[in-house]
Amino acid sequence: MKSKKACYPYVVWMVLFVVVPMLMVVFFAFTDKSGNFTFQNLLGVGQYSNVFLRSIWLGAIATVICLVLGFPLAYLIARTGRKSQNVMVMLIMLPMWMNFLLRTYAWMTLLEDNGILNQLFEAVGLPKLQMINTAGAVVLGMVYNYLPFMILPIYSILTKMDSSVIEAAQDLGADKRQVFLKVTLPMSTPGIISGVTMVFVPAVSTFIISKMLGGGANLLIGDLIDMQFLGSAYNPNLGSAISLVLMVLILICMGIMNQFDDGEESNGGLMI
Amino acid sequence: MKVLSKVYCFFIYLFLYAPIVVLIVFSFNDSTTMSRSVWSGFSFKWYGQLFSDRLIMQALGNTILIAVVAAVVSTILGTAAAIGINSLKRWPRRLVMNITNLPMVNPEIVTGVSMMLLFVIAVRAINTSLGIGSIMIAHITFCLPYVILSVKPKLSQMDQNLYEAALDLGYRPSQAFLKVVFPEIIPGIVTGMIMAFTLSIDDFIISYFTSGTTQTLPIYIYSMTRKRISPEINALSTLLFAIVLVLLLIVNLRKEKENKEILHEEEEP
Repeated sequence: MKSKKACYPYVVWMVLFVVVPMLMVVFFAFTDKSGNFTFQNLLGVGQYSNVFLRSIWLGAIATVICLVLGFPLAYLIARTGRKSQNVMVMLIMLPMWMNFLLRTYAWMTLLEDNGILNQLFEAVGLPKLQMINTAGAVVLGMVYNYLPFMILPIYSILTKMDSSVIEAAQDLGADKRQVFLKVTLPMSTPGIISGVTMVFVPAVSTFIISKMLGGGANLLIGDLIDMQFLGSAYNPNLGSAISLVLMVLILICMGIMNQFDDGEESNGGLMI
Repeated sequence: MKVLSKVYCFFIYLFLYAPIVVLIVFSFNDSTTMSRSVWSGFSFKWYGQLFSDRLIMQALGNTILIAVVAAVVSTILGTAAAIGINSLKRWPRRLVMNITNLPMVNPEIVTGVSMMLLFVIAVRAINTSLGIGSIMIAHITFCLPYVILSVKPKLSQMDQNLYEAALDLGYRPSQAFLKVVFPEIIPGIVTGMIMAFTLSIDDFIISYFTSGTTQTLPIYIYSMTRKRISPEINALSTLLFAIVLVLLLIVNLRKEKENKEILHEEEEP
């Protein structure tokens, strides 16, 4: 089929609404209010380094928790019978169909000072806990919202895995632990990597979870950007500089992750 | 061990569903103070009020209109693009695919503010304001990659000779496309369209930056979270959740039936 022309409207669309806007972010990041070239915005990002560190730190903790909670579940689902497997996967996806603002709001109901969890604690005689407006609540919100993004890619790799490879390992004398560490885990790396990126990227750049569950004290990069564009601190130039730094940061993280992936793949290739 | 894994699964699912149960339970709460954690009796009153709330209904209408337009336009543009990309040479193809991946790897908030920068200037130039049009453009843009990624694999799986055979047998290119290529890739097109529709309905971040003063349902919910969310919204999301649940059950049951039929056919000699 020779039909190159069919993608021209798409290319024009993407240049107009993806490439041009990206270039505008770069342009705004390097100019001041009257359009003169400046490094001031990028230098100004430096004063928010604590916010950047907090975002990366909380995002990383949430990603690790998602991996630790999600991998065993994906593994268990992949090991059950086909019929209940479908139901279990559906039940993982179903919550994503409810608006995530509402689900996060529901956590406010559960966590707040006179909320449902504290009422429960009181009923069984435990002391009340300050849960809402803490960094822990923000991490909980991230884990809650992005856990399915970790489970699903790992699950799909694990179900596609050729069971004869595992049998071969068992035949060659590997015990359960060795089979898991030397066969199952390395072969599921691509799933883990896409899961980690799918959790880490939105977690680092979120601004709603921190706003709703973190109170004012747990400002993240996303909140900073929001403030520069639609908030009180209106300054699109600084906002663009922060966005640019965030973008570069995430590209670097993904570059490192992909490097890791390639290494594993070439090992697999050698084996064959 | 078996018991242990069952307990583990139970706790993860409990964690995933606890907030949803809370939402659903409080949609039936007979409170007058809009309290979000005190139970004061069973009632349907929020369901009744929901349908007479003009603002919510308007936001819902906007959301559905935007999702339908975004799904249809991105499906048409994206399917054409997938076909075109398939016949590009190696380097241009890589370039186009990299641009396609850009909105997917970029944090949503960056995509949102970048489009806001463009729209704010464009809107000033043609003397209108941000609104339903700019949200539609933004939604079409972030839906396009998903459509392409679900159509393209179907195209590569297809036997390229089929199309040429159809031409040899006297079909015009348009006929050959409609009668040979289209039936092969239709599952990918449908998947892409459903994905586009659901992504658009649920999107908050990109809409938030490109909407101006127009309300979609997620934006309306967000503006309420800053005060108190009316239980009407709980009622609405309970209804939406129920609809999705029923749809998924129907799809699953149909799949199971199909699988059974295939099995039966295989068993019969």
